Amino acid sequence: MKSRFMLIGFALLVLSMIGSIAFSAWPRSPWTQADVAVLRGLWIGSMPPLPPDPSNRYADNAQAAAFGQRLFFDTRLSANGTIACATCHAPQQGFQDGKPLSQGIGTTNRRAMTIVGTAYSPWLFWDGRKDSQWAQALGPLESAVEHGGNRTRYAHLIAGSDRAAYEALFGPLPDTTLLPPSAGPVADPTARAAWDGMRAADRDAITRFYANMGKAIAAYERTIMPGPSRFDTYVQAVLNNDTVAMQTLLTPDEVMGMRLFIGKAHCVNCHNGPLFTNNDFHNTGVPSVPRLPEDTGRAHGAPQVRGDEFNCLSRYSDAQPAQCGELQFMKPEGEQLIRAFKTPSLRNVAERGPFMHAGQFTTLNDVLAHYNRAPAAPAGASELKPLNLSKTEIAQVIAFLKTLSGPLATAPTWLTPPK
Amino acid sequence: MNTITTPTIATAVKRGNNWKWIAGIGALVVVALAVLSAMNWGMGSMPADLDFSTTRTSTNGVFRAAIRPAVDPIPINTLHSWTLHVETPDGKPIENAMITLHGDMPQHGHGMPTTPTVTSYLGQGNYTVDGMKFQMAGWWVVDFELKAGGTTDQVRFNLLLK
Repeated sequence: MKSRFMLIGFALLVLSMIGSIAFSAWPRSPWTQADVAVLRGLWIGSMPPLPPDPSNRYADNAQAAAFGQRLFFDTRLSANGTIACATCHAPQQGFQDGKPLSQGIGTTNRRAMTIVGTAYSPWLFWDGRKDSQWAQALGPLESAVEHGGNRTRYAHLIAGSDRAAYEALFGPLPDTTLLPPSAGPVADPTARAAWDGMRAADRDAITRFYANMGKAIAAYERTIMPGPSRFDTYVQAVLNNDTVAMQTLLTPDEVMGMRLFIGKAHCVNCHNGPLFTNNDFHNTGVPSVPRLPEDTGRAHGAPQVRGDEFNCLSRYSDAQPAQCGELQFMKPEGEQLIRAFKTPSLRNVAERGPFMHAGQFTTLNDVLAHYNRAPAAPAGASELKPLNLSKTEIAQVIAFLKTLSGPLATAPTWLTPPK
Repeated sequence: MNTITTPTIATAVKRGNNWKWIAGIGALVVVALAVLSAMNWGMGSMPADLDFSTTRTSTNGVFRAAIRPAVDPIPINTLHSWTLHVETPDGKPIENAMITLHGDMPQHGHGMPTTPTVTSYLGQGNYTVDGMKFQMAGWWVVDFELKAGGTTDQVRFNLLLK
């Protein structure tokens, strides 16, 4: 009898040891101080103030933003009168189009990126071939497969219907009366020849007008910001050490997915900061699309942005050279840039498949399966290593990614065409 | 957990399978400890003996160099500058050194997103390094090549960014 009591006592002692070990592994807050620091970094409350854009002196001008909003939704800014910026960057779809390749006048070779939060990015497009929102906006406007327009066409249009709005902001429009109806440095040979036939001073004046269009659109796009998601509410509870709220805000699978995201799955290496992106370029071995031309990503985008006529150091930029540090110190070449594509933000990621630069993956499950397998890259070297995630763990990471969905922090009046 | 398990043990005790149970519980403890160890130690594969000091002597002992980032702690995803101080091992400032540098993440197979360079000499062996930018947390190495007075030597700084 006595030995039985001793045995039960011993068993209880061992159980309490297990209990205390379990308690130390999963205390009331399941996060260590180091975890909390990482989560705080991802929290929307850590968003720094909107960085200035010294290359655009109209960036924070409300009147310019209102004019930019009109331009953003204006389908007249296209070859056939049906394509606006908002066609592929639809506000109701988080400023993207949900298609693997975008459809403008023709079909592009890449997937439309969201413009939400891009005011924080030093580089625009999947290959970073532009270094400001205004320079970015000018690319599609004269791309043959996107808006399909050109500079004098837009100048005639604004001179005809929006002269007052333009001139109130930017001063007198260039005199367009003697300019060709369609001219610009574009793929269309007729418009190109007409452009080449213009006087250099006229080309410069029209290009300055064109840059101003981009600056107004950028002033509008700077207002498009993400709002808090369920993840952010959870992190707020973590920061307040509110363990009761923590248990109700997210499911155990979502929390486990968060742990994997910042740990074993290494997602946070590149998807860091409150926008879940380091805004850098990485080769993650994403497969190429057979019917599309070879795409070397940043290896092609880096020389393009250096030579871009609208970059931070250009004559159309309002910045002093010393304010163009990102451009001046960018890595211009190297193995690291081959098939490196920009890390996209993961805010609202679950709402905007398909994924990757040409919509290679339809579902988040496809994306996670890719990262888990870490196949060799079609060119260059993939930075990935196999993750050894189980099916359950993959499902948990996806459950976590869905907690990053939330409404925009932008006033509804900005999300529809202006009256 | 306790309320369910304890009667089971008591029942087992009655049946006389005492030592099997004790061994089983012992094994559980061992497994629990192993899992905890893995949780604590499983994440890093960085060498354990790295020197993270911000003042270091160059490989062949020619120079002593010190880094002073303009922002402390070193930020992620933010362009910033450093001051590099170069002197002889006995503390005489090195003037007019030719300095190049690059940063790498040994565990990730990539370097910095920028090409930082020395942009000015401040006097007293101090040099401004502009264009520093790190796009990930973790272990970084920043290697400087220093040339002065016809001699070249390298110095490496380890960083652990959070």
